This record gives sequence, structure tokens and C-alpha cells, in this order.
Amino acid sequence: MTDHSEIDSVSGTSTTGHEWDGLKELNTPLPRWWVITFYLTIIWSIGYWVVYPAWPLLASNTVGIWNYSSRADVGVELANLEKIRGDKMAALATAPLANIEKDPALLALARAKGKVVFGDNCAPCHGTGATGSKGYPNLNDDDWLWGGTLDQIMETVQYGARSGHAKAHEGQMLAFGKDGVLKAEEIATVANHVRSLAGLPTRQGYDAKAGAKIFADNCVACHGEQGKGNQELGAPNLTDKIWLYGSDEASLIDTITNGRSGVMPAWEGRLDPATIKAMAVYVHSLGGGK
Amino acid sequence: MNKAVNPNDLKPQDDVGPLYSAHKKVYPQSVSGTFRRIKWELMAVCLGIYYLLPFVRWNRGLGAPDQAVLIDLPNRRFYFFFIELWPQEVYYFTGLLILAAVILFLMNSIGGRIWCGYLCPQTVWTDLYFAVERLIEGDRRERMKKDASSGPMKLRRMSEIVLKHSIWLLIAWWTGGALVLYFDDAPTLVKQLATFQAPMVAYVWIGILTTTTYLLAGFMREQICTYMCPWPRIQAALTDEWALNVTYRYDRGEQRTSLKKAAELRARGEKVGDCVDCNQCVAVCPTGIDIRNGPQLECIQCGLCIDACDNVMKKINRSTGLIGYDNDINIERRQAGQLPVYRIVRPRTLIYTAVIVLVGGLMLYTLATRSLLEVNVLHDRNPVAVRLSDGSIRNGYTIRLLNKRGFDRVIAIDVDGPTAATVHIVGVDSVTPDRPMIVIGRDQTSELRVLVTAPSESNPEQSVPVRFHVTDIGLGEVASATDNFVSP
Repeated sequence: MTDHSEIDSVSGTSTTGHEWDGLKELNTPLPRWWVITFYLTIIWSIGYWVVYPAWPLLASNTVGIWNYSSRADVGVELANLEKIRGDKMAALATAPLANIEKDPALLALARAKGKVVFGDNCAPCHGTGATGSKGYPNLNDDDWLWGGTLDQIMETVQYGARSGHAKAHEGQMLAFGKDGVLKAEEIATVANHVRSLAGLPTRQGYDAKAGAKIFADNCVACHGEQGKGNQELGAPNLTDKIWLYGSDEASLIDTITNGRSGVMPAWEGRLDPATIKAMAVYVHSLGGGK
Repeated sequence: MNKAVNPNDLKPQDDVGPLYSAHKKVYPQSVSGTFRRIKWELMAVCLGIYYLLPFVRWNRGLGAPDQAVLIDLPNRRFYFFFIELWPQEVYYFTGLLILAAVILFLMNSIGGRIWCGYLCPQTVWTDLYFAVERLIEGDRRERMKKDASSGPMKLRRMSEIVLKHSIWLLIAWWTGGALVLYFDDAPTLVKQLATFQAPMVAYVWIGILTTTTYLLAGFMREQICTYMCPWPRIQAALTDEWALNVTYRYDRGEQRTSLKKAAELRARGEKVGDCVDCNQCVAVCPTGIDIRNGPQLECIQCGLCIDACDNVMKKINRSTGLIGYDNDINIERRQAGQLPVYRIVRPRTLIYTAVIVLVGGLMLYTLATRSLLEVNVLHDRNPVAVRLSDGSIRNGYTIRLLNKRGFDRVIAIDVDGPTAATVHIVGVDSVTPDRPMIVIGRDQTSELRVLVTAPSESNPEQSVPVRFHVTDIGLGEVASATDNFVSP
């Protein structure tokens, strides 16, 4: 190639000899230190290939002579974290249940821990926000089947309800229709009576007197004379606005005919005591705790 | 670098030139004069502030740091005398950066690269390093001679070199040391550093800053300004024809003629320039350029060539100012026999000043009126609303209170929501039922869970706004946040 470089008369700098449609390029080379630094970075990068994992192979990659792996670092970090958590959870385990909510640090820890464990274990039935659904109680409200004090919540979490655990809550809503205790029209009548207890409108022409009689004969044992329920037996309050299985006539008839016996599993043995404590505090602090 | 061209050199070269240009070491000569004095004074002020500011104390009350300027990273606080900033107020730094940029623009449109020539750390430290070098190795000629001399090195020369680099390293180390003092209590940290009990990160940063200072001020020098700094490029786009720059007044200087020849030519009645081509302006230049080639990228406009030229002019009884702050407009005017015009006030400088006043004023205003008590509110997401057994509806909120004052405060919380609503703050037992009060520690935030319950009758179908008012019982300072109360 012919060399066309020349000295530019305006700047006094030589040109590179390249020309594009009459445009020439001045040759203003980089300073030496700059070029050397550039080469050094390339050499440095070769060092990376040698010591660190770098080149992908068919099924794996080159590991590098330092045998470096960020997975080991993660392990160390996690072990550290577990240690920190262990110390904190030990404090939670030894604190009396009643004192946890009074200590802001313990409360924050219990709520944080409880929220995670709730998401893992309880959310499938009670929902991620503990809002429940038909047959699974909403834990945010102030209506509790088995009691809403901290101790009662803790007991329910530990042993469950109808879970088969020796200390589990027991109590059944009998299947009055299926078992032949009440006839279909009796069930319809008492269903309307139950609606009247909650201040809900009743079917026209229903026999209020008969309803009260059937209720007194069959239901008061568990639900009480006023229908306010009994937390010892898990019998819900029938006078409030919260209905686990629905308050419309058809749902009530279904409940009375076939009975209800939802199961809350026992968590003792599956979760450690400190975690169960955290869970009880979490549920209690959702807003409905007594 | 562009050099003055001898027309004889304008012949084609055989090769395409080297891939890189070799570094030409600059040996600036010492000089005295007005600009040198200004530079010494500004260097003293800049370095004095930098090295001593961490030791200035400022009383903020018990338990608060008493360092006037402190960047407290672990606690995420920035202290500047009477100002304390939290991370969420980082926009003040954005404002400062905008101010700094516009002040640079204004400097540039008035007097060229004032920043580069007098105030830039690279200039200040390089100047200090030059002073050390000159003190130990002698002035320009001596240094050039010493560097050029070959043969075995004498003990005296070796001790000079060792001494120079030791002092350089000491300055560099002190520079790094001063920086870390801005991040922790300075007197304590000095003691810790001296007894090797300071945190590792302090030593690491001192090491980094020592290295950069030593390399940048000792070796890189003008290379930083010419090749690494973006500002010379930016300022070239910001300048205009009225901006004053360090300028060789070629209308007066050309034709350059030696003193002797000038006398001869004058005797014959011919016109001669004032420049005697003594090259003093080149000798003193810290970037090694010739100002007589006109405005150029490498020139940091430190004004030392003005001093050098003025000294020569005084010696030969010619008027000073052959090199000075000027522009091409005036050179052309003088050539045309007109008086020079200096126009400091022009749209460009007015706009920059207006922006500075606006941004600065806005920052001062927000700083003066900012609330030192704040409240944020976050509505529960899941569930958004809960129906209680008596049919009433409950909404849960998380509120966060911020106490930015240096003392504990009693804060009353009033909630203005749906009619007949009751308010319960988890963990707060209040004497006055509808006005819960809490104590927030000095310089802290506090997160509270607030439950608002409204009877079902008062509950409309749509959501209603809920305002959380917080009041400092002692000072009467208030803050509020708004959210909504919704039905399930």
C-alpha cells in the first residue's frame, strides 16, 4: 500500500494517510502510558481466566486454579445468618409469652418470623393475609372459635382442633339431618330461627315458636341459650355477623343437615416451640387478638 | 500535543508515525508575581480546609456526634454544622451538584478555566508537589541537568530523590488520612490510627488515596488534565467569544524580536512587537505548552505565564500585560485601532447567575422550611379491610414517624377518618382514648400499627380519606399523611 501520510499545514501534525472523499485523518497517537495501561488490562484479564472460573465447556466450565466458588461464600454467609437467628430465636424461646408483645424488639422478631412461617404452613388454608375462606376462619377479625387470647391462640396452634392430638380441641357440629335427629322441615325452621338470632330476615310464615323449641332442644347444649356459642367446644356465636360456612338459609340447612367438623392440624412437633410462640404472637397481633 | 511548526518541517514523512507518543517531562520554572501569590493563597485555603475541617467541633447535644462535618455511614446521617441530613434528603446533594456545575459554567464564561488553574485538587496537589521538587532538586535548569546526566549516581543525588519521594508520600498519606477523618470522629480515629486499632477499611482507604495522590500529583500531572479529564473538552463547548482567557496579545507581541534587533529596527523606524522571544512563559508553564500558540486544550489557565512575562517586561521597561486575561475580540479591536471592550454582563452570565440564585434559593428555602417531624402511612394490603363480629369494619395501617431533632419528643396522633371511627394503636396504651401519644427517641424513626374501626352504619360504599395528624406536644410542630378507609 502506498503511504499517503503528509504533514497537515494548519496543525503541523502528520496525517494517517487514510482518505475518505477528500477527508484526511490527523495522526494524534495516544500517550504511551495510556497504551501500556491498555495492554496491562488485557494481561490482567488473562490472569482472571487462569485463577477464576471462566470458559464454558460442553457440560461444565473451567474452574480456575484458585478453585473459587461463590457457593462456598453463600454457605458461610448462611451459617452466619443461622447463628444470628439462633441467638435471637433463643431469646424468643425463653421469654414468657405474655412479655413478648411488650418488648418492641421481641415483638418485631416474632411478627417477622411468624409472617414467614405463616406463609409456609398456614396460608394454604387461611390465605396469605390470614383472611380465611369458607370453612377456614379469618384470623384478622375479632371472632374466635377457640378463643382469641394469646394463650388460647397458642394452644390452638400447638394442638390443633379435631387433629387427633391428645390435647386437641374437640367438639362436633352434629349431622342432625343425616343422622335422622331432625326432619327436613324442622331443619328449615330452626335454620330460620338461627337467622333471627343474628338479626337476619326470616322466611315468611316460618314458625318462630317451633324454631325456638327445636333450638332449645338440640342446640343450646353447645351454642348456649342465646346462641352466643361456647369457645370450650368450638361452638360459634350465632348472633354475630361472622359466618364460617355462610348465613343464607341454604348454607344453614346444609350445615345442620350434614354437620361440620373442620380440622386444624396440631403444629407441636412439626414446628419448634419458639416458632409456635412467634406464630401465636403474629396471629394475635393481626388485629383481632383479645 | 500541538507545537509551533517550523515551515521547514512540512515535508512528508516516510513512516506513518509511532503507535503512541512518548511522554515529555515538564520542568516548570519557579516564578513570582500576582498570580503566583493568588495561587499560593488559594492553595493554603483549600488544603487548610481539607486537612483541618474534620477537627472542627460543633455541639449537637448529648449523645449526638460533635464533629462539624461528618458523613456517618453506619447510622446513615450527614452532618454539616447546624444541618443534619437523612438519606431520604439526598436531593440536597443533587442540588449541590447542580449548583457546582452552574458555578463552573459561570466561572468559565467570565474568566475561563478558573477552576482548573486555581482550585482543582489535581492542580493544587500537583503545585504542592512541584514546590517540594523545586525545594529539594532545584529549579528548572538544575532538574533538567540532573535528569539528563548519565553515569553512576552520586550519593547526594540519590538522597535527593529519596527525600523528594518520602515527602511526596508523606503528603499523599496525609491526604488519604484526612479523607477518612470525615467518616468518623476525627480525634478518636487519629488515636486509633496511631495505635493501629482503627478499622481495616480506614487503612485501606488511606492506602488507596495515598497511591492516587502520589501517582496523580507526582507522575501523571498534566496528563490527567490533557487526557483523562472531561472538563477541558466540556469547557471548550461552554466558552464564548467574550469569555476572558489567559491570552497572548499577539497584536502587541508580534513580530517577536530580540531586544538588540528591536532597537536596530526601531532606529530605522520599523514596527516591532513587544515579545522578545525569551521563552519564559514556556519555561514556567506546568503543562509545558506555549501560550503564544493561542487558546489550547492543554492550557489550564493558571496565569503563571502572565507573571513570568510581566517580570520580563518590567525588566526591559516595557508595559506589562503582554500576556493577560483577554479575548480575540479585543485583540482584533486593538488591531483596528479601537478601544478594548470587556463584557462581563451578558445573557450567558446573567442566565447562569439566575440559575445559581434560583437553585441556591430553592435549596435554602426548602432547608429552612423543611419539617423535622414526618409521618408516612401504608395501608394494609392483605386484607385491605376486615369485618368484625358486630358488623363494623376495620382497616389496618402502618405509620412511620420520623423525629429528625436531636432530642426525644412526645408525639400525639390524631386520626381523622370515617364518622364515629375508633382508633387503636397496637402497643400504645393511652390515657386519652382518642389521642394516643408516643415518645420517639432523638434522631429516630418509629413504626406503629394503627387500627381504625368504623361502625357499619357509618360506613359508605366507597372509600373515605383518612388523615393521620401527628403533633409534637412540646413544640407544636405538625405533620400529616393521608390514606383511605375502605370496605371489604
